Amino acid sequence: MKLKTFTGGIHPPDNKQWSSHKAIENCPLPAEFIVPLAQHIGAPSVACVEVGQHVAKGQEIGSAKGFVSVPVHAPTSGEIVAVESRPHPWGTALPAVVIKPDGEDRWSAELQPADPSDLSVDDMVEKVRQAGVVGMGGAAFPAHVKMSPPPEKKIRTLIFNGVECEPYLTADHRMMLEEPERILRGVALLQYVFGAERVVIGVEANKPDVIDLLEKECAGTPVEIMALQVKYPQGAEKQLIAAVTGGEVPSGGLPMDIGVAVHNVATAAAVTDAVIHGRPLIERICTVTGPAIREPKNLRIRIGTPLSHLVDVCGGLVEEPGKIILGGPMMGFTQLGFDVPSTRGTSGLLLLRSEDVAAQPEGPCIRCARCVQACPIHLLPATIAAYARRDLLAETEEYCAMDCIECGSCSYVCPAAIPLVQAIRYGKAAILAKKRNS
Amino acid sequence: MHAVFYSLLPACGVAVYFFGPSALTVLLIATLGCLATEAVCQRLMGQPVTIVDGSAAITGVLLALNLPPTSPWWLTLLGSVIAIAIGKQVYGGLGSNPFNPALVARVVLLISFPVQMTTWSVPAPLGTGLDLVTTATPLGEWKNAVMLTGKMPVDMQGSMSEYFFGNMAGSIGEISALALLLGAAYLFYKRILTWHIPVAFIGTVVLLSGLFWLVNPGKYPDPVFHLLTGGLILGAFFMATDMVTSPVSVKGMLLFGTGCGLLTVLIRLFGGYPEGVSFAILLMNAATPLIDRYTRPKTFGALSQRGTQ
Repeated sequence: MKLKTFTGGIHPPDNKQWSSHKAIENCPLPAEFIVPLAQHIGAPSVACVEVGQHVAKGQEIGSAKGFVSVPVHAPTSGEIVAVESRPHPWGTALPAVVIKPDGEDRWSAELQPADPSDLSVDDMVEKVRQAGVVGMGGAAFPAHVKMSPPPEKKIRTLIFNGVECEPYLTADHRMMLEEPERILRGVALLQYVFGAERVVIGVEANKPDVIDLLEKECAGTPVEIMALQVKYPQGAEKQLIAAVTGGEVPSGGLPMDIGVAVHNVATAAAVTDAVIHGRPLIERICTVTGPAIREPKNLRIRIGTPLSHLVDVCGGLVEEPGKIILGGPMMGFTQLGFDVPSTRGTSGLLLLRSEDVAAQPEGPCIRCARCVQACPIHLLPATIAAYARRDLLAETEEYCAMDCIECGSCSYVCPAAIPLVQAIRYGKAAILAKKRNS
Repeated sequence: MHAVFYSLLPACGVAVYFFGPSALTVLLIATLGCLATEAVCQRLMGQPVTIVDGSAAITGVLLALNLPPTSPWWLTLLGSVIAIAIGKQVYGGLGSNPFNPALVARVVLLISFPVQMTTWSVPAPLGTGLDLVTTATPLGEWKNAVMLTGKMPVDMQGSMSEYFFGNMAGSIGEISALALLLGAAYLFYKRILTWHIPVAFIGTVVLLSGLFWLVNPGKYPDPVFHLLTGGLILGAFFMATDMVTSPVSVKGMLLFGTGCGLLTVLIRLFGGYPEGVSFAILLMNAATPLIDRYTRPKTFGALSQRGTQ
């Protein structure tokens, strides 16, 4: 049978063999947690603790500010040693709460499990909000916002993203394999919240063990497991929807415009923790991998663990890395050092050697159109990039630069090594800046 | 770039077999001439010399394949200078030229030196010791007959199988359909060529010429004749598919190939020249920006095609 997928896309080497067979390990507590107050899309939370104060594990340390915002919680019990700006994965110093663990790792007594059958939809959404659950795929959009579509936007299809199309990353793979019931309980809760008629878990065919397991677990339930052709960027929301339903999210619109909602499988697990166990989002699975780390692992890390600690836990560096990336190699963010903390969006820490990231000199575009074939949004990347580089913003926009999802497929396939997605990203930022100023 | 070079080797081999050292001389002069011109142009403009990228050498080989085997050395050299200097470097070098550089040179030479550019030799396979005898190409033969009598020539010099293997008069690289198809198959295998332009180009020629042939077979040659004689195979697989000068979208490529086929048949059947492939491709090169503009792929999730107004 021909597996479903979207049009366009690329086939980078998946490099998952480094860590795909490694069972999840609990990462030991670091000497110090740096918990950023801004970890999600939307307004950053505001610190609600003071230096010297003792906090319990799971206690709120940053309060949400506005609807599109979530609170932040203590990853362990301990003492607040600082509330100050610290280096952040986004590239600047941002406010963070620094906690020195007391070693007891004691949960807050206020956090109580609940029986979901006693809860209304609104109760559940509120519990998810209070637990600080965000999209765990990387974008970190507050989950309770996605769970509250306007009443006229009926969600008919609920899709769970178990694609993990980024090379190297195996965090979702291991979670689906080792903790399926944690995910599936969340799937059922979210189906109830949305009242969706169809529930699909999309998994790429390079994880046959997961597909077999989930099919067994879901036998007799309305949850459909869909094996998808292996292709990047299938885990991108719009591409996954196209692969599963054949529908296209309108340009500039949201999945709910065509009656679809997409959640990551790890988000479903976080919803289970929040609604059933009453526990906030203070940990996640993170793949520490790449040729520059001695012992690649899938770790269950607390949010706020410094990257340096993750490196130590994985046996240290083989050599000075040429590039430190939070996330995968295609859409992850390059870091300048190991002093930044992990956040809720940290799906991976990838350490590449200098030889892996040696830049090829840029050549002229010969209009080979490989970027055109690769673009999952059906744009003309070379044309947009050429306009953006010349600051011809009207043309950049006319060629639909704002529809670009920045997946990097164009840069990846370009035989002339032209930094296409980088130029397009610049063009998009320039267009937005111009709009703000006028 | 190297793959394109290898793909042209069979055609070069057949040319040397049928036309002997004169073909080899033209190939060498054209290739070295293009490399030298590229180096001189880049040096004069104070740019890094990039002749190792292979693009100038390919242009040289393609130019030679588009010249008659009797081409005198100065004509070949002049062609190389035109191809690289006027066809490519004045526009900014690799990737910036709107027209196929080798075809620019061929057409400039054809218009400027019609005698030298249409003096064809009878193929004399290596070892037969035949002297150089001049003749007309099959397409030229047909055009002469039609101009004089309004009918097909009574007796054509070659058979279809001879045309297929390359035993006919013509440009160095166009004579053997077999050798060209071998090279093209290699490029398909290496995924450098896509089928869209060649299939649209050749398909249009076969359909349209077939239509005329069906209506008046006494005057118009059949589609196989159109396919095997002249530069159709060379043009459709190796010249029209030049990425720099052809559209980027699938729809655009199909349109481009169809346009090439249409113009080729019109020029062959009703134009002043017996062969129209070069002109057809150059005219469609000129239309490429326009085609690109009107065949933009529909953006994912777009409600209607935008940007084309």
